[in-house]
Parts: sequence; C-alpha cells; structure tokens
Amino acid sequence: MPSDPIDIKYVAHLARLSLTPEEEQKLAAQLGGVLGYIEKLKEVDVSGVEPTAHAFPLVNVTRADEVRPSMPHEEALRNAPAQANGLFIVPKIVE
Amino acid sequence: MDYEAVIGLETHVQLKTKSKMWCGCANEFGAPPNTHVCPVCLGLPGVLPVANEEALRLTALTGLLLNCSLPPYAKFDRKNYFYPDMPKNYQVTQYDKPSAVTGYLEFEFNDSLARVRITRAHLEEDVGKNFHFDRNSGVDFNRAGVPLMEIVSEPDLTSAVMAYEYLNALKDILVYGGVSDCDMEKGMVRCDVNVSVRPKGQSELGAKIEIKNMNSFSGVRKALDYEIPRQIEVLKSGGKLIQSTRRWDDPAGITEEMRTKEFAHDYRYFPEPDLMPFQPTEAWLEEVSRRVIELPLARKRRFIRDYQLPAADAQTFVWDRPLGDYFESIAKQAKSPKAAANWVINNLRAKMTESGTTLADVKFQPPAILELIELVENGKISSRIAQDVFTEMFSAGESPAKIVEKKGLAQVSDTAAIEKFCDEAIAANPGPAADFRAGKTAALNFLKGQVMKLSKGKANPALAGEILERKLKAGMETGN
Repeated sequence: MPSDPIDIKYVAHLARLSLTPEEEQKLAAQLGGVLGYIEKLKEVDVSGVEPTAHAFPLVNVTRADEVRPSMPHEEALRNAPAQANGLFIVPKIVE
Repeated sequence: MDYEAVIGLETHVQLKTKSKMWCGCANEFGAPPNTHVCPVCLGLPGVLPVANEEALRLTALTGLLLNCSLPPYAKFDRKNYFYPDMPKNYQVTQYDKPSAVTGYLEFEFNDSLARVRITRAHLEEDVGKNFHFDRNSGVDFNRAGVPLMEIVSEPDLTSAVMAYEYLNALKDILVYGGVSDCDMEKGMVRCDVNVSVRPKGQSELGAKIEIKNMNSFSGVRKALDYEIPRQIEVLKSGGKLIQSTRRWDDPAGITEEMRTKEFAHDYRYFPEPDLMPFQPTEAWLEEVSRRVIELPLARKRRFIRDYQLPAADAQTFVWDRPLGDYFESIAKQAKSPKAAANWVINNLRAKMTESGTTLADVKFQPPAILELIELVENGKISSRIAQDVFTEMFSAGESPAKIVEKKGLAQVSDTAAIEKFCDEAIAANPGPAADFRAGKTAALNFLKGQVMKLSKGKANPALAGEILERKLKAGMETGN
C-alpha cells in the first residue's frame, strides 16, 4: 500500500468532479487500490530497462504541411451549448 | 544598498506553416470565427493528431539559429488544465524532452555584444481565442492547434531595455530564418516575463514574479520599467516579496497581482499517448541545416567589415534584406561601396517608396548605378545632374550614359563657356560680387549657384568656383 492515503478531494478538484461523501469514500478506496498495485509494480527490477513513453517501437510519425478542408462551420457549432456570431458561447470567463 | 534585476523571458511564437500542428486546418489569421476547425482541433472524441513535419523542422531550425543542441529524442506531453480556450482540457507540449536545448543569442547592447543563454525551444499548440461579453464569453477555435514554439531564456537579462533588445534580436532572427512572421498585430508573438531583484553582489535569486501574457515588446519594456523599481521599493521599505503572478495593465501603466487559483500549477504532465516520439535522422537534420541563414548580426558585421559601411547603412541592409542583397550584387565591383550604398539607400529606396514599387519593378540593371557613379567621378556630369539622370533611369530604364548623351547633360568643363557664364553672373549680381570683394567669402557660393543655374546645372562646379574667384579677385586688383 502507498505510504500516504490518496487526497481524494484534491484529485476530484483537479478533475473538476463534485463527489458526494459516499462517492469520495468509495473512489478513495478504489484509487488507493490502483496506487497499491503501482507500489507492487515498483518491486520489479527494471535497472536494465530503458525508460520509454510508449510501448510501440515507432517514431517520427508526421504529416506533410498541407491544408485540407475544415469542417463546415454549422457542423462545427452543432453541439455548442449556445452560439452567437459564429462563436461558441460559454459561461462568463473570469480571470 | 544597490539592487539589481534578474530577468528571464518565455517567448511564444506562432510558426509559419500552412496548416495547423495536428490537423490540416489552415494556419491563417483573420478568418471568420470557427471556420478553420475540425474534429482534431476541436478536441472531439476519437480523433488522432498527427505532427506537422514542417513545424518540427522550423523548431529544429530555430535551435540551430540559436546555437542550441538538438537532442536525439524528443517527445510530446499533455499539460492538463481546464480553460474554455482549450477544448481538450489539455495542451500538447514538450515537457521534459524538448526539440532544442542549451543555446545562446547574441545581440548588440550598450556598444558591446550581449550574450543571453537559451534554456530550450520547444514545440506546442496554441489555444483558442476568448471574447468577453457582459453576461457570457465566446470562443473562436481558429487559433487552437496552431503550431506554437516557446523559447525560454536563462535569467541573463538585467534591465528593461536589455529585455527589449533581446526580444528584437530574437524576432529579427526568426523573421530572417522564415520561422515566423512575428507579426505583433496578429498576436504571433507573446511573452511571459520572469523578474526578480536582489542586492548587488548577492548570488541567490530573489522571489520570482511572473508577468503573464505580454503581447508587445514595448509593453514588456514598460512593464519592467514599472515592476523593477516596485520590487526594489518593497525590499527597501523592509517588505518581503513572494513568488506570484502579475498582469500588466497598459492603460494604467502598472502591474497588478492576479488572483491565482489554489491548484493552478498542478498540470499533471504525462506523455501524450497519441503521438509517437521524434528522433531526427541524420538526413533530416542535414535537410534542416541547409535552411540555416546568415544571422542578422553577422550580416551587419560583414557589411561593415567587407564594404566599410557605417553601422547605420549596414543596419538598413539587415532590416531590408532584398535591398541589402541588391547592394551586394554591385558592391564587389564598386570602387567606393559607400557611394553605391548611398545611391541604393538614398535614391533607389526613396524612389521605390515614392512610387510604391519594389526591386522586382526596377527597370535598370543593378550595374547601371556603378556607371552613374563613374560618370560623376570622371567629371562627366555633376552630382546634381546625376540626380536627374537617376530619376530618368528609374522611370525609363535607360543606361546613364545614354541618358546623358540624349539629354545633353554632360558637364561643361570647357573653360571658355564657363567664363562666359561667370561674367554674366557677376554682371547680373553686383551686390554679392561687392560683398565678396569686401571679404564675405560666402557670397562666392551664391554666385556659383547663379553660374550653375545659367548653365542649367551642367557647369563643372569646381571649375566655376575657381574661375569666379579668379575674376572677382582680378576685379579687386584693378579696382573695378
């Protein structure tokens, strides 16, 4: 098990999730189980293994710098909660 | 106690590509909102980004222009945060394996050469643009996914004006290299400023204050001109500075603290699973290195050294590269490159500005400028007539010699002819003639001007001066 129990309120805030106390308890236990598994993985000797960001031995996947048609404007805005003047309208952004 | 400022800059630059970073939508400013968007840059589920190879090349090229090393392995990461300008709720960037690291930028500052170390240059994506209304906000995602490069400097800058000069030098290099148009009006360059102050001689840094989202170089200078004395004042009055983020309020001319959210900086970076790492091959690097250009500063120094130009002329040829190339095409054959530079800058450039034309429209061949200089040097035409000949060359494209011949503009060095003009000038202007005899030598210039006028500019001015002086002095001796 990890040395520190997971700070479920902090993690929920980072993911912008609002949890009930019951959910907090349930998810804290589940995520704790995940972290416990990670702790177990740490026991494996990886001293001879190169760290990697990907499992596939594939590099340099690129595309040529060419313009292709964009989506029709109406289509792009179809799922917008609200729209005006071609813009996605969102709740007022306060900095 | 004396204090000093320590400044580092994070400069974001939009790359000059045709399409966006991960999709084929156009990278183009000014289109109607949300018309250059697709499922990839809108962050719709189930899409896969594919890296734009030109953006990777331009980032590597920047690395070479800034004397960086290009690591053999680069990768992309997700930087997680929630903000309406970023539909995916993460920005793809290069966190721990950037495309270029540890370089430097040199520029002229305070009559010497300043060197600012570059920490890294990495590739990421721009975000959408927000519009704020009374009751809500609007988002345009045309800019979302435009290739954006971030160039991070070491904290080697020590003043507002030095930061300003650094930014200008950086911009010159990027524009020269074809990396970015750096059009400030179009928001192509944005800057975050990190600034702290410390007592002179102290080695540890003071509390770092970040001024975010600067969109002009003069804004950076003004913000630092405000912020540095502010921090010093806080310390002098016994206060303490804490690491924080501020915003520059341009109309008010002050920086103000931003309300930073409690968890704002926990970005939880992790490798972007949808993009494979990049390992530049030798052939690819070779191709990029062929695009390395002579840096603006190197060009300026070469122009000063090879053509003995004054710094101002050399700088003109740096800022206006086509004009500089034009000058260079004739400078090697020029007896006096400085004279050629004068014609190119003072006449050719002025005429092009006047007529709204470019070098491509110029009707005469570049060596014609050398011919024209030759005609003046050989005394064939006066420098005033040369101006007229140039005007004619510019409008009709004929060779200077032909124009001189056709229009009968050759300088008159025939003594008899000039003597006649001198006699006329003295006779018509008894006042100035008397003034000269009374010792007012400046009156000679007036009379010389009259001779030039009578000869329609064709009299050899030196000869006219000599003859006038001789005649006036002879008049004194004989008592006339």
